[in-house]
Amino acid sequence: MRYDLFITGFGGQGVLLAGNLLSYAAIIEGKNVSFLPAYGVEKRGGAAMCTVVIADGEVGSPVIGRPSTCVYLNQTSLDRYGAKVKDGGVAIINSSLVDDSGWSRDDLDVIRIPMNRIAMDLGDARMVNMVAAGAYAAKSGSVALESLEQALKSVLPERNHRFIPANMQAIRAGAGAVQG
Amino acid sequence: MSQRLFVKGNEAVAMAAIEAGCRYYFGYPITPQSDIPEYLSRELPKLNGEFIQAESEVGAINMLLGASATGVRAMTSSSSPGISLKQEGISYMAGSELPGVIVNISRSGPGLGGIDASQADYWQSVKGGGHGGYHIIVLAPASVQEMYDLTMLAFDLADIYRTPVMVLADSVVGQMKEALVPNPRPETTLPEKDWVVRGRKEGTEQKIVKSLFLGDGELEAHNWKLHGKYDVMREKECRQELFMTEDAQLIVTAFGSVARIAKTAILTAREAGMKVGLLRPITLFPFPTQAYRDVTGQCKKILDIELNNGQMVEDVRLSVARDAEVHFYGRPPGAGSLPVPEELFEQIKKYY
Amino acid sequence: MQQVFQRPVSLKDVPTHFCPGCQHGTIHRLVAEAMDEFGVRERTIGVASVGCSVFLYGYFDVDVVEAPHGRAPAVATGVKRARPDSFVFTYQGDGDLAAIGTAEIIHAANRGEDITVIFVNNTTYGMTGGQMAPTTMVGQKTSTSPYGRDHAKDGSPIRMAELLAQLGGVAFSARVAVNTPKNLMDARKQIKKAFRYQVEGKGFSFIEALSTCPTAWGVTPIQANERIGGEMIDYFPLGQFKDTAQWKPQPPPPAPVEQPGALSFPEFMNEI
Repeated sequence: MRYDLFITGFGGQGVLLAGNLLSYAAIIEGKNVSFLPAYGVEKRGGAAMCTVVIADGEVGSPVIGRPSTCVYLNQTSLDRYGAKVKDGGVAIINSSLVDDSGWSRDDLDVIRIPMNRIAMDLGDARMVNMVAAGAYAAKSGSVALESLEQALKSVLPERNHRFIPANMQAIRAGAGAVQG
Repeated sequence: MSQRLFVKGNEAVAMAAIEAGCRYYFGYPITPQSDIPEYLSRELPKLNGEFIQAESEVGAINMLLGASATGVRAMTSSSSPGISLKQEGISYMAGSELPGVIVNISRSGPGLGGIDASQADYWQSVKGGGHGGYHIIVLAPASVQEMYDLTMLAFDLADIYRTPVMVLADSVVGQMKEALVPNPRPETTLPEKDWVVRGRKEGTEQKIVKSLFLGDGELEAHNWKLHGKYDVMREKECRQELFMTEDAQLIVTAFGSVARIAKTAILTAREAGMKVGLLRPITLFPFPTQAYRDVTGQCKKILDIELNNGQMVEDVRLSVARDAEVHFYGRPPGAGSLPVPEELFEQIKKYY
Repeated sequence: MQQVFQRPVSLKDVPTHFCPGCQHGTIHRLVAEAMDEFGVRERTIGVASVGCSVFLYGYFDVDVVEAPHGRAPAVATGVKRARPDSFVFTYQGDGDLAAIGTAEIIHAANRGEDITVIFVNNTTYGMTGGQMAPTTMVGQKTSTSPYGRDHAKDGSPIRMAELLAQLGGVAFSARVAVNTPKNLMDARKQIKKAFRYQVEGKGFSFIEALSTCPTAWGVTPIQANERIGGEMIDYFPLGQFKDTAQWKPQPPPPAPVEQPGALSFPEFMNEI
């Protein structure tokens, strides 16, 4: 199987971290993956974005013109990159910050999740990206939630392992929001 | 299986340099390659190595020249405008037959251009970017794993042929993270460095590392010697990847990041029942001419794709001669001009 | 009979290509004497520059790397860092060091590279045929300043020994001349001192040696020598501009304070 994902939001929402975490989880599962952050002038103006491709075989292009799934964490992202999702693809929207009522894409599977609210309810608004990662993992089936937990353990220094339970709660909440 | 790490392309270059035994790095900051000096400035001191942030790219390449003359493995890295500045030193190193690894994570130009991915340094890299009619070996990685493996290879080739070797990539491959198996340095038999300057001990010959040859016939002989080495490289060091070329009716050819993007377009074409393959040169000098001759025995259409206005296509045409049609698709580098697989699929359909 | 004078062993027994009245040969000899004195010949790596001094390897019986024009201090940096046990010197002219190689000399000096630089100032580009150099005197006619160097247009001659003395990494900087026996004896002393700094690992040492170029100046050897003592020393005074082993590297910065609190994103990014 082959999955491609585009995540976008503003700097500080942990867009790159979410992409990294999903990638690392895929590596733990023995899959191939490419993680391509936005670079260059696109990085300016506070926008953050990355493209992740997960594949059982060769990754092929790390650059995707029309990704099958896009995750929009803020309004500007949707306004700017709303047309990017592949026809018939999936859009996962942070409905706490994004109003998509004026958006005319009826070919998509649109999933609206109030990520900021969920993250705040769990105690830290900064976990929006974890909610998003959980939602994508559950929706796509690309990586297991256990792999995300394993990824957190592998990449976080020991002294920060105390944050893992809260982050996993956020990941599960994101996953739950997709299924619910 | 060895451990798989999740690593950025630029960091893979730095890791490979250390594994290859390089302990001396000289550089100057420039986007998008600064991860390399940042990594090495952190790691080399722990290994009793030397990291110098030079006063300029000119300074850095000449520090590389000096270190290399003493026989150690050493490296510099930069991006296009900085590589232009290094060309003086590269020409001197080529003339003085000094090994050394130069990494170009190229960006768009001409001039200050931009910091976006670019393949517009192809000519500069493979045709001898400085004065005097020389070549250096140019390796073009297309993945993080190749950033690692080819950097390692670059050090060996540099020592075997006593030549500067360039690793030519761009920010797609440099900034991208992928799985990496950090292979150990392979066992290789390398020629003894009996030419290095280390201080003339009594009873030994004076060693001179130089590129000035003023005697009658001396420089001509020296150039014949250099060009003889280039012929050996052409014969022994060509490397390429062939992907689904056996039955192909159209073969896409591209290097580095663009070859990666093209591969997905080729898979899309295959799904649509089109017989399309990929020939990806891994060595840009020596250029894998024979591989083109081999595939054009049965395939009569080549589509060359580059992130520039057409540079490698000249070498492709020379290699293919009249055996096949050669088409070109490319865009000059700059913000927003990096092609996407969907776009390349349209080009494949156009020429199929 | 006692032999009181002989060729330094670091100097090869060959005639030089230098013009009659040129003082490169004398300066070469003083450098070779210093090499002999400290017994460093077998671990010396010379860095040749571009200009009349390019044939360094033809005269000094030591290993030599040839540097691109002006880049000798950068090449010497690479040599010395890779082989810290070697004795490394560059030998550069004024076009090489004070024009095209300004960045390299200033930064090698400022880093306090443990090398010795012999800078020969003859106020002209000798090898290329007597063009204006950064050290050309105001009013001096050269092939590219046929009306004489004009301060308003071309600036004034650079005093490198004084300039480099300002830099933290420089342990020793002096200007010498070999135009009279007295000056020559003093030059010998200063060059040895410069060598001593490197032998003792005390940092960057710099010698500026005033020299003649009768060919480019269009004068006789005697007139050329007289110009040193007259016009040149007036503008380029002899002496030590820095003589200290006191330079110390900056103290290391304080260790970074660990950020308390929640999951650190940048840290996470580094780890992953």
